Amino acid sequence: MSDFRTALKRVRGLGSAREGVGHWWAQRLTAIALLPLSIWFMWLSVSLSGADYMTVRETLASPLQAIPMILYVYALFHHGQLGLQVVIEDYIHQRPVEIGLLILVKFLALVAGLTATIAVLILIFGATNS
Amino acid sequence: MASRARPLSPHLQIYKFHLLMMMSIVHRATGVALCAAAVLLTWGLVAVASGPEAYADFLQFMRSIPGRLIVAGFVLSMVYHSLNGLRHLNWDTGSGLDLKSSYATGWAVVVLTPLLSAALLWLAWT
Repeated sequence: MSDFRTALKRVRGLGSAREGVGHWWAQRLTAIALLPLSIWFMWLSVSLSGADYMTVRETLASPLQAIPMILYVYALFHHGQLGLQVVIEDYIHQRPVEIGLLILVKFLALVAGLTATIAVLILIFGATNS
Repeated sequence: MASRARPLSPHLQIYKFHLLMMMSIVHRATGVALCAAAVLLTWGLVAVASGPEAYADFLQFMRSIPGRLIVAGFVLSMVYHSLNGLRHLNWDTGSGLDLKSSYATGWAVVVLTPLLSAALLWLAWT
């Protein structure tokens, strides 16, 4: 016994996943952030749906649209990744497969979210491949 | 770790299907669908940043029949998940948890989702 805390003390407030309310709270915060951001995104999508390339590019490059877009991408991938984690934990009962999928989802969310963010940054700062 | 089999909650086929359980299942399903939608968003942003040709490819997909079906599915998912998410956030405050309000808000989401989605798609496509 190198640990003088009782089992109850160690688990209290942490729950079965040993991580407390962190996941739950982050899911709610991102959900609240996504409500106004989703309305903005729908408005932007509708207004750009018939636009030509230069209009789309210039609109997304303006800080007024680029900043909410980066916030949206961040909140969206963070929220989605938290949700997929719960789905995997609930339905995948082979522990190695579960861990593998959890790692895959976190990595893919980071890669796709970062890729989208960098695309917006390229638009803001005017760098282009074409 | 307990080695004996622990009691499990009744399996899906034990339950009678009703609105509230269906809406909970659909909330998860639309959430998973929206993760795929997030990848489509990434493609769109990368296409705009890459140049007119890449954006034309993206638009060609978005305007094809399969593209439109996928977009319609994503819009329905987004509207449903957002409206139903409001119910969940309200439940998190401890209010609206009784059966009567849960059904009332549930039916409101069921009715509003196709209406709002149709309006959004109509605005985007015409």
